[in-house]
Amino acid sequence: MPALCLCFDVHEAYRLRKYTVFDIGQNSVYEDDDRNCDALIAIARSCYLPMTDLLLKLIRRHKKAFKCSFAISGTALDQFEQYAPEVIDGFKALAATGCVEFVSGPSAYSLAFLYSEQEFERQVKEHSLRLKGIFGKKPLAFRNTEFMYSNELAQALKALGFKAILAEGAEHVLGWRSPNYVYTAPGLAEPRLLLRNMLLSEDVSIRFSNRGWSGWPLTTEKFAGWCSGADDADIINLYWDYHAFGMRHDKESGILDFMEAFPAAMLADKRFSFMTPSEAAKKIEPKGEVDVLDLVSWRDNERDLTMWLGNDMQKDAVHALYALDGRVRALGDAGLIHDYERLQTAEHFSNISTKWFTGYLADRSNPFESPYDAYITYMNVLADFEMRLAAAEKAASKKKTAGGRARPPKKKTDAQQKK
Amino acid sequence: MRILMFGWEFPPHISGGLGTACFGMTQALARAGAEIIFVLPRADRGGANDFLRLASASGALINEEMALRMDEAAQNAWRESIRFLSVDSPIFPYLTPESYAQSVEWLRQQGETYRRRQSGRSFTYELSGGYGPDLMGEVRRYSRLAAAIALRESFDVIHVHDWMTYPAGMLVKALTGKPLVAHIHATEFDRSGENINEQVAGMERAGLMSADRVVAVSHLTRKTVVERYGVPAQKVSVVHNAVARHEVERRYVVPPRIRHEKRVLFLGRVTFQKGPEYFMESARLVLRKMPNVRFFMAGSGDMLPMLIRRAGQLRIGNRFHFAGFLRGEEVDRMFALSDLYVMPSVSEPFGITPLEAMLYDVPVLLSRQSGVSEVLKHALKADFWDTRDMADKICAVLRYPCLAAELVKNCRQEMKSIRWENVAVQLMAIYRDVTGGCQ
Repeated sequence: MPALCLCFDVHEAYRLRKYTVFDIGQNSVYEDDDRNCDALIAIARSCYLPMTDLLLKLIRRHKKAFKCSFAISGTALDQFEQYAPEVIDGFKALAATGCVEFVSGPSAYSLAFLYSEQEFERQVKEHSLRLKGIFGKKPLAFRNTEFMYSNELAQALKALGFKAILAEGAEHVLGWRSPNYVYTAPGLAEPRLLLRNMLLSEDVSIRFSNRGWSGWPLTTEKFAGWCSGADDADIINLYWDYHAFGMRHDKESGILDFMEAFPAAMLADKRFSFMTPSEAAKKIEPKGEVDVLDLVSWRDNERDLTMWLGNDMQKDAVHALYALDGRVRALGDAGLIHDYERLQTAEHFSNISTKWFTGYLADRSNPFESPYDAYITYMNVLADFEMRLAAAEKAASKKKTAGGRARPPKKKTDAQQKK
Repeated sequence: MRILMFGWEFPPHISGGLGTACFGMTQALARAGAEIIFVLPRADRGGANDFLRLASASGALINEEMALRMDEAAQNAWRESIRFLSVDSPIFPYLTPESYAQSVEWLRQQGETYRRRQSGRSFTYELSGGYGPDLMGEVRRYSRLAAAIALRESFDVIHVHDWMTYPAGMLVKALTGKPLVAHIHATEFDRSGENINEQVAGMERAGLMSADRVVAVSHLTRKTVVERYGVPAQKVSVVHNAVARHEVERRYVVPPRIRHEKRVLFLGRVTFQKGPEYFMESARLVLRKMPNVRFFMAGSGDMLPMLIRRAGQLRIGNRFHFAGFLRGEEVDRMFALSDLYVMPSVSEPFGITPLEAMLYDVPVLLSRQSGVSEVLKHALKADFWDTRDMADKICAVLRYPCLAAELVKNCRQEMKSIRWENVAVQLMAIYRDVTGGCQ
């Protein structure tokens, strides 16, 4: 009785503008508004709007036998609200069908889990609250930035009350085991681990339009055949970058037609059913424990963190950022927290990656000419941010000491009056 | 495969990148099995080496029969395309109006600048080599002498480097019918911008047009050649230059007194083509943000007096130093002590110096208007006119040690593939192609 668990990863990063050393201390506009807007509108037209419409149609056609889930990042929501609010309306319509689950994550699609427990917790709580506000349900499932996962994440998420974690079913983690079962982290009954079936997922999200691939052209029958070939599987987790549908593989590649025929082809085989992540966590018994000591992700062949933390420039940038962590939160200035969050988005670090040829997918390319330019720009922005932080701290402490100084003379006058 | 190569410079007699390039290229070609006869205007002052035969055009004997054949061939090969001035005219690749006037004066005093020596029924010319004021006359005489050498030798391909040797190449092609490969290291448009010397440009065009194959040192140069001279694109191949990796012999220790400072270097001719004024403008911007930096401009050229005045005007003279023209060990030391090498060239067909800087583990910032930026991924790049961008990048390299370290680390890796051996392989393929596959 294999369940099919679909999750679409929806993320958009804010691109930084060309911010030079001469801007530091002069102005604090970091993002390239025009470029971000143009890019989002283009992608909404080719991917978000048509694909969301299609999913709505499929749910109605299959009378709720078709289900799926979405993991939408906070920066993506910000961009939809800012540039294309109709995209959110589409997601709301999907939520109203009751067949779609919304999965939480760190709001800024950040690496906070690696560097600051408090910041991670703050972002997750903030994002869960926001998702509940928009879609009406408190998220019970979680997917970390770029599907990063390790044992510690399970610990942290248990404390936050999540029932399911979506993570990469990387070979070096699973070993001989199959991703097609529900697992748990060592010593924890909850949350349940739903590991991605890497091969089947990427047949669609990466290889679909590759004419050099032996599986091309991929038809729904062929794909259904591969799914049913997974003998006595409990669950097949297919996690896809939403960009794959209409953006990475354009309309002419037939990806939307594939998607349209996909549920019918699967449901024709009575053994299959669609489930959302928290449903699967509830209904399917775990088959064992998976011990993940080092972080895994869903990127590159290595499925590790070298895309974000592979060279010294990346490490320098990320450390410089999180060195400010305590100070930003202690001050509690809303404007600074907002910018701090935006500076944490994973792309800021992957843009500095020197893995030239393997790293980038065409629809998520590096907006900078070189990783060096990305690093220079990011460090300039960070320098300005730090200056603003220092200035705000100074202003706050002045307020305090000013208040403190104001009192002694008062006391004196009191004393004088007494005299 | 025997190659008859015509060049104007060869170590140790170099005044620019051309000689360095010819040396590296021929050495690698010799290793790849090519036999090279390299004809220089003058080769009597050292420079002997074991991988090729250096021939001196100066003093080669021309007999009457040769002279007759040459005149006839020259009529056909040159008549329509090349016009040598009949009067002595000072031509120098890097000439300005002021120095032109000086050269004319020099010529007037010098009178007859060359001697025609008669010996029996044969005669020859004495050439001085280099880029003297009577360059055009030298080129004309070189052509005839080189042709005389060609008539005595046997070879499969003629390979010529830059316009000074193109007339010779054309003449020899007409005389022997051997295929001509014209290598272009710099075009007149790179050297002079829009104010080109028509005579030089005419020779360049004629040489490129009559060549069986043109080798450009970058895609940038290929584009110039195709667009400006109308050379058929399919005839032009790009073979990027390389750098000979010699072990850096000496380690230079940064003196303690200047250890707290950062040093940024410009090294090249101080002329319009190299964009020194953009370097100075960037320096001014950097010094506003980082006062603890020193800028060095090494090299000489016609813009030097103007720039020295400008440095004073900007009040940055105490931070911006002029090192003059450096030689040999001075160059090594300069590179080794620099924290960043900047090449802001306005138009640079290739530009070998950044590769040399990289031999000393110095990170480089290149103008995008340079051929070398096509082969270096791990270098910082900026448009030469965008001095703010350049200053931004200079500040970043000096401020963030891990940026410099990462650049150097990746460049070192990249340098492994930028080798003359690869150039030789590509050139051998071209030779085989033009000779129709003969060995």
